Amino acid sequence: MGGRVGEWAGTAKWFQEMKLITCPLNGPRNASEFICGGPVKAAPPPDAPDRDWADYLFLEDNPAGRVREWWCHLPSSYWFIVERDTLTEEILDTYPADRLVGGAAS
Amino acid sequence: MPLNLLWRGLRPGINRRRWLPDTPALKRRYDVVIIGGGAHGLAAAYYLATRHGVKDIAVIERGWLGGGNTARNTAIIRSNYLTPEGVEFYDLSVKLYRGLARETGINLMYTERGHLTLAHTDAALRTARWRAEVNQHMGVDSRLVYPDEIARLCPQLDLSDRPHLPIMGALYHPPGAIARHDAVAWGYAHGAARAGVEIHQGTEVTGIDVAGGKVQGVKTSRGRIGCDAVIQAVAGSSSRVAALAGFKLPIKTIPLQACVSQPLKPFLDPIIVSSSLHAYVSQSSRGELVMGGAVDPYPLYKQRSSLDFMERLVADILELFPFLGSVRMMRQWAGIADMTPDFSPVMGPTPVEGYYLDAGWGTWGFKASPAAGLTMAELVATGRTPEVIRPFGLDRFSNLRQVGEKAAASVGH
Ligand SMILES: Cc1cc2nc3c(=O)[nH]c(=O)nc-3n(C[C@H](O)[C@H](O)[C@H](O)COP(=O)(O)OP(=O)(O)OC[C@H]3O[C@@H](n4cnc5c(N)ncnc54)[C@H](O)[C@@H]3O)c2cc1C
Repeated sequence: MGGRVGEWAGTAKWFQEMKLITCPLNGPRNASEFICGGPVKAAPPPDAPDRDWADYLFLEDNPAGRVREWWCHLPSSYWFIVERDTLTEEILDTYPADRLVGGAAS
Repeated sequence: MPLNLLWRGLRPGINRRRWLPDTPALKRRYDVVIIGGGAHGLAAAYYLATRHGVKDIAVIERGWLGGGNTARNTAIIRSNYLTPEGVEFYDLSVKLYRGLARETGINLMYTERGHLTLAHTDAALRTARWRAEVNQHMGVDSRLVYPDEIARLCPQLDLSDRPHLPIMGALYHPPGAIARHDAVAWGYAHGAARAGVEIHQGTEVTGIDVAGGKVQGVKTSRGRIGCDAVIQAVAGSSSRVAALAGFKLPIKTIPLQACVSQPLKPFLDPIIVSSSLHAYVSQSSRGELVMGGAVDPYPLYKQRSSLDFMERLVADILELFPFLGSVRMMRQWAGIADMTPDFSPVMGPTPVEGYYLDAGWGTWGFKASPAAGLTMAELVATGRTPEVIRPFGLDRFSNLRQVGEKAAASVGH
């Protein structure tokens, strides 16, 4: 199903304007099926002072450019990684989260 | 050419009634540099010059005056917030707005229309009641109304049990107003320029000079400027400019979209907000329906509009006003909002001495322009943080003292 949407995208202009995200598990799906869970960042150690936890929770790099984020495909509850550009709205890469820890790539 | 036109055109002084002087050459040094020529930066300049006698000021604007979110907002002004801190601050702004046309000598078309926040669920009704209690305690005109009174205030609303979520009640805020957004920016710009402030459009800040923990000046696309104090008022660009000064903010930049319909005969008096449906609408003085909702689902610096937004919004508006089904849409646009986790602003001193922040205005900052300008001016002129903005300091995040306004600010701006 996702693949068929991708094929049509080349032929119909309005389809190109529909935002698709390629889920590593489910293929290309409409962006409205996903939520953004925020940037990938390292949590402080559990015994870190409150200040460090507050900074971790609230302070953002919020860059204009390339970001690496957690996203979830809601219908399948599947969390994965999206790399995208916040200036151009391009999706640059999507992959399973295990690649972050050097695990098997998809 | 008709002779009488030629005669008028040649009369001396015809070109002299300009709103702003030409952009002057940049000086090497100013007392205060204000980054951002939106309503906030211009208001701060205006109050510094007119209330505190600080006149050696440069407002540095990357694009054109008031062309950022100020130009893109839907101009709703109200003070029926949820927290006492929020209500007090926004009510100061409402009071300033009421006298602003007279003070600046420009017609802001400020009109108090009444503001209805519809509740379609028990939870929304509970929030409305909470807000009404806090508002009344703080002396703000705001109360709960039920369908019989809603029908009198806005007979066009579908109050039947047909909609998926029928209307159960509303928070009614009679002072809720709209104003001409460009006029607010131009009014402040004109007043500031008349008091001696320099406004530099087409000039981008590209770096902040900090030495010994204190701000020394700013680098711009037209050269370096030295200064004693900086006010940063750049809304959607807040994180990028703060990064130049070397610190991070509790802010995500997310697009907020809006649209207008073709002009219709005046029929809609109050401003209508539905937090359950994520939609709001008012009718402008030229008859267009001005509509919007909550921010987009993910951070982005691109000011693009989307079909997803339009479809969702139109479906929700038709739940409220089914008879609008054949009305055409005219324009759709987006701004970029600097969203904070608690839906309150971030104002005051920063880790860099002499560098003051006016940010975190998200989707709610137009109404705040006068109060933000006034309090930021006082802070810079006196070095003391005014009481009314103390709760909004950057340190509230590390102190775990957030000012949670989500229930009053996420849909109705
Ligand atoms: C669609 C929409 C609807 C809204 N509706 C409402 C509403 O109904 N009520 C309400 O109260 N608020 C509303 N808001 C929010 C409101 O518009 C903003 O919070 C407010 O306008 C912020 O004002 P400002 O002067 O801080 O920012 P802006 O008007 O955005 O001005 C900031 C300026 O800084 C300039 N700048 C940025 N970076 C640099 C740099 N490096 N160098 C020099 N200049 C720079 C920009 O060009 C810009 O002109 C809405 C926003 C949007 C997008």
